[in-house]
Amino acid sequence: MFSSQLKLTAAVSALVVAGLVVTSAQQANNFANVDVETLHVQGNVWMAVGGPFNAAFSVGDDGVLVVDTLVEPLADKLLAAIQKVAGNKPIRYVFNTHWHRDHTGGNIKVADAGQSVVAGNFAGQAGAAQAERAFIWAHENALHRMTKTEGTPAAIPVAAWPTDAYFTDRKEIYFNGEAVQLLSMPNAHTDGDSLVFFRKSDVIVAGDIYVNTSFPIFNLSEGGSYNGLLNALNTIIELTVPRDKQEGGTYVIPGHGRLVDEADVVEFRDMSTIIRDRIADAIKNKMTLEQVKAAKLTLDYEGRYGSTSGFWTTDAFIEAAYRSLSQPAANVSQR
Amino acid sequence: MNNLNASRMAGLLFVLLACASTPAFAQMDLTGVWNPIMHEDQIERAPGPEVGDYLGLPINDAGRMRGETWNASILTLSEHTCKPHPSTYGPRGVGGMRIRFHHDNTTENLVKIDAQIQWMEQFREIWMDGRPHPPAYAAHTWQGFSTGRFEGNVLVVNTTHLKAGWIRRNGMALSDRATMQERFFRHGNYLTHTSYIWDPVYFTEPIVRTNGFQLNTNAITVQPYPCLPAVEVAHSRGDVPHFLPGKSGYEEEFAKKHKLPVEAARGGAETAYPEYMRRMRAGSGGGQ
Repeated sequence: MFSSQLKLTAAVSALVVAGLVVTSAQQANNFANVDVETLHVQGNVWMAVGGPFNAAFSVGDDGVLVVDTLVEPLADKLLAAIQKVAGNKPIRYVFNTHWHRDHTGGNIKVADAGQSVVAGNFAGQAGAAQAERAFIWAHENALHRMTKTEGTPAAIPVAAWPTDAYFTDRKEIYFNGEAVQLLSMPNAHTDGDSLVFFRKSDVIVAGDIYVNTSFPIFNLSEGGSYNGLLNALNTIIELTVPRDKQEGGTYVIPGHGRLVDEADVVEFRDMSTIIRDRIADAIKNKMTLEQVKAAKLTLDYEGRYGSTSGFWTTDAFIEAAYRSLSQPAANVSQR
Repeated sequence: MNNLNASRMAGLLFVLLACASTPAFAQMDLTGVWNPIMHEDQIERAPGPEVGDYLGLPINDAGRMRGETWNASILTLSEHTCKPHPSTYGPRGVGGMRIRFHHDNTTENLVKIDAQIQWMEQFREIWMDGRPHPPAYAAHTWQGFSTGRFEGNVLVVNTTHLKAGWIRRNGMALSDRATMQERFFRHGNYLTHTSYIWDPVYFTEPIVRTNGFQLNTNAITVQPYPCLPAVEVAHSRGDVPHFLPGKSGYEEEFAKKHKLPVEAARGGAETAYPEYMRRMRAGSGGGQ
């Protein structure tokens, strides 16, 4: 069933990941047969899977904290899946790992289904209406990307925008008995990416910084970069600690694909680094983009991560890598 | 009761008696500690394969490229130091293998078989209770998710949800899309383990291998094998050792050292078959 869901939604997924327009009617048709399933990861944290899209949520005494909200047509199913686990506990927060519509599409419905604790002076600042919905947190650049859609046919409604945006290297909260951190990962998949780290549950929600369904995705037009993404992958590896024999311990929920632990991220980081080095070497040796494509520098990983259809084909990845690594100082570590 | 009915009743009685006197399916006791006897491929399995030896492996061009760009220094990264063998390789390695059966206390049904290979504590569970494999989005592990059944006296095990691993310790990669079927045959105090591994990413055909074990009648446990990663070789952050394509300098070393055709050393499904040796002898393989 899962593979058929993947096929069903692959085309739509590609468009949504690319930030392109898909009408509501088209989306509703494509997602009618997609279920949202849940998997308990560990501690407070659950993974929610809707076809090719992933979200996560924490359930505990403080209520529910949702990380990413899938695409809009799956929002009701996501809420139903959360309720099945959390009962009537209120959704207090929505965190977005980045602004793309396959991670924020359900923001309005999920936030509207929640409640915030608003009182005292804060009530005057936030407005009484805010108490009737959950807060939405994201990096400031994710908010900027959403606001830039205003006036376009694919405008993202204001109600879906983050109510709290941060511009520092992190934002944090103690929720459901544990520290939860949004960690800014600059210039990675976009310019507004956050890892969400549940420190006691020992789970990281990576957004599209880490996916295991394609070659690494970095959107150059949105401030992403190959080396920024590698920098973020290495940060994930520094945050994760295996329980034993390079297995278990910290788990990572990817933006797309299956649940993983550190060893899987290492495998992906290794592949991404090896291909980065090959393309950087080709650029250093004055090879043109066409020569790089002809050299088949990704051949050994294409059977696992490559694609000839969708928006992030192997060719699209190589082109983006070539452009990203051709930029001045692109080969310098961004740590 | 006429003769026909009497005959039917006798037949039914015979079937009922037969069912009552034999188990619903045959099983073989595989419990105990089994030591690898290394009668096959000892040089590859114990001291280790040489770089560039892909003989007999049904790899495609992608698998060959993984091998030719692999640098053993990658194993010095701390995040690589405590990796155990995946179940697709473990029975090829060194170290005894302990097998235990777990029965339900009430029904005596066989619920689970577990196996642990000593090196790096490769512990795996083989579920015998008919449970399904996890969904595609569940985590993968080094040993994978295994379910088993007895076909006569042979234990047949199917494994999915494997981490990306290896099939030979010289960079011959196995992807996380690989699956495996194993058969465990017991012949007295000997055990033959046969594995059929299929990887759509790096193979053109399944790879079939057998490994022999002998029962160690003096052992009931295997030694623990703790492993804590440590930085033993300094690397800059994010450094991943590898060779650029065509730059390792080792591509033909193995073939030249052993006076083998370079083409044969590069592997491929055809190199696993006897016909290939005859073709090489006939001089059509470009050998040296």
